[in-house]
Amino acid sequence: MQRNEVFERLNKVFREVFDDESITLSENTTANDIEGWDSLTHINVIFAVQDEFDVKFSMKEIIAMKNVGKLVDIILGER
Amino acid sequence: MQKAELGVAVVGDSATQLLSDAIRGEAYLRGLTVSVYDADYDSVAQQLIDERSEVYKSKPAYIIIYLSVEKLYNLFSETLCEDRPSFANNIAGRIETYWQKIGKFSSAEIIQYTYIEKNDGVFGSYALSVPESFLYQVKKLNLLLTDLAASYKNAHLLDLNGIATLIGYDNMFSPQLYDMASLTLATGVLPRVAKQTIDIILSARGVSICKCVVLDLDNTLWGGVIGDDGMGGIELGDLGSGKAYVRFQRWLKELTYRGVLLCVCSKNDERNAKQPFEEHPDMVLKLSDITVFVANWQDKASNISAIRETLNIGMNSIAFIDDNAFERELVKSKLKDVIVPDMPKDPSEYVSYLQSLNLFEAVSYSREDRVRAEMYRSEAERRKVSAKYDSIDDFLKDLDMISDYSPFAAFDYPRIVQLSQRSNQFNLRTIRYTEDEIAKIASDKSYVTLQFNLKDRFGDHGLISVVIMKSEGDALFVETWLMSCRVLKRGMEAFVLNTAVETAKRLGYKKVIGEYIPTAKNAMVADVYENHGFTAAGDNRYVADVQKFDKLNTFIKGHDNAKK
Repeated sequence: MQRNEVFERLNKVFREVFDDESITLSENTTANDIEGWDSLTHINVIFAVQDEFDVKFSMKEIIAMKNVGKLVDIILGER
Repeated sequence: MQKAELGVAVVGDSATQLLSDAIRGEAYLRGLTVSVYDADYDSVAQQLIDERSEVYKSKPAYIIIYLSVEKLYNLFSETLCEDRPSFANNIAGRIETYWQKIGKFSSAEIIQYTYIEKNDGVFGSYALSVPESFLYQVKKLNLLLTDLAASYKNAHLLDLNGIATLIGYDNMFSPQLYDMASLTLATGVLPRVAKQTIDIILSARGVSICKCVVLDLDNTLWGGVIGDDGMGGIELGDLGSGKAYVRFQRWLKELTYRGVLLCVCSKNDERNAKQPFEEHPDMVLKLSDITVFVANWQDKASNISAIRETLNIGMNSIAFIDDNAFERELVKSKLKDVIVPDMPKDPSEYVSYLQSLNLFEAVSYSREDRVRAEMYRSEAERRKVSAKYDSIDDFLKDLDMISDYSPFAAFDYPRIVQLSQRSNQFNLRTIRYTEDEIAKIASDKSYVTLQFNLKDRFGDHGLISVVIMKSEGDALFVETWLMSCRVLKRGMEAFVLNTAVETAKRLGYKKVIGEYIPTAKNAMVADVYENHGFTAAGDNRYVADVQKFDKLNTFIKGHDNAKK
């Protein structure tokens, strides 16, 4: 799976979770850039991403997710 | 007028925001307007023991208490080994205190989730023989809670452990989520937990209780087509997938013990359709288990409507089970309120699928439930007999009806509560009561209460009518009058009103005032006062002067139980 494909699918997941069609993720996107991305919606994000890519994140990985680029690294690494 | 919001408070020892969201969403889907108050994380004791807490200030109608097995395990691990055998008792005592405080500080009903019975693996299965083990204590705790729930009428248990049995603990709990956010229920299970929570609330409010299952026959109760394959050819018992059908019938039979009515609606010749019930050795269900048996070639929607009329129950209390998707769609499109499960193709999955839908949620269970099917059946008999008489009066006279009546008796409170929650059609003001409220009314001197039983030569109908009258100066105001629909058209209305007026007279009141509050379902009683000697006084109110009231004609003999 290519990096840009992961981004495409992630865009879809984020748009659904935050109910916001204008979201376009980049490598450096962080929680501060997206309205409503708090600790609680973070849980929803993680579950939705796990479902989408059929992966399961470890605690360490979740903590390491500083930005979307890192999240993509982890998804690619898991598969 | 804006629909009143139903207050729901969620308290838990883990983060419950997502659970609250799920409950809010499920309530919306089911047509309930709720406002959910989500208490601060892990503040159960503070919220429930302090009369001035936010939970009590939010004036909830329901308080949901979710205490997680994960937090319980923390408490357990902090308990000294020698104190562990009494661990479950201590926790149950604590929970009982919460329930008592709730009863004292609010009128809310409680929905307490059971604990998931998780084996911590320290003893393996041997834990079951070790009172000091966690598994032993958590199982005991659930058992203690069930005992408590049987004696606290304002508390209902939600079988969270049952959900875990069904879908597995690993699917309910995410250790990462727990470590990261103190969430104990994984997001995937929240819809199911929320659904069962709302099931209980709806059931407690007397709506959407499934009372009747209408069954197709061919490929639903047995494999194959009786009209084509004949008695020896249908799959039942050892033949083909016969075991699956037997298992399905066994479960349906259990429903009859619980008071759910089974009816048949099949496209068949009646004689063919009945033959397996009478003669096939592997049929679990007999004709006597079927309240109304309809086998003809008409469309099923019309047949279900006819069944509904015979039984006098709401469309939304009927579930229709048919293997044929076409029939299901037809019924769905014509009868929007009927519950139509999309049955799996494989009959082996019928039982587990229907069980997973939780169609038969209840908040009470009484003697009447157990014998209901029988009562409805003798009602059907009665209808046959009535054809033989020239006039309805002849028939009624011949029924030898006797009504026992008395003020509310403590023994019957559960049945009175149940009637108040379930009766929609013959219910003048549609007020729902809890058992606490009934107990208070029964002992309050400003109220006059009456409960009526009815029996006839075909059987005992049990407690079928309830009257609550409130003293207002020289008048008694009928705050509640309701009646079970299965005793209509036999003069019971007249008998109840005679008794109410006589009681008022005996107690020195001058007037009895009745009121009709219209709802979507109670149009049948719009004129009941006026048709029974009361005078319209405007605003849907009706008055009877106890001195001038002409005793109404009935064929029911009264028997005042209070005078015994």
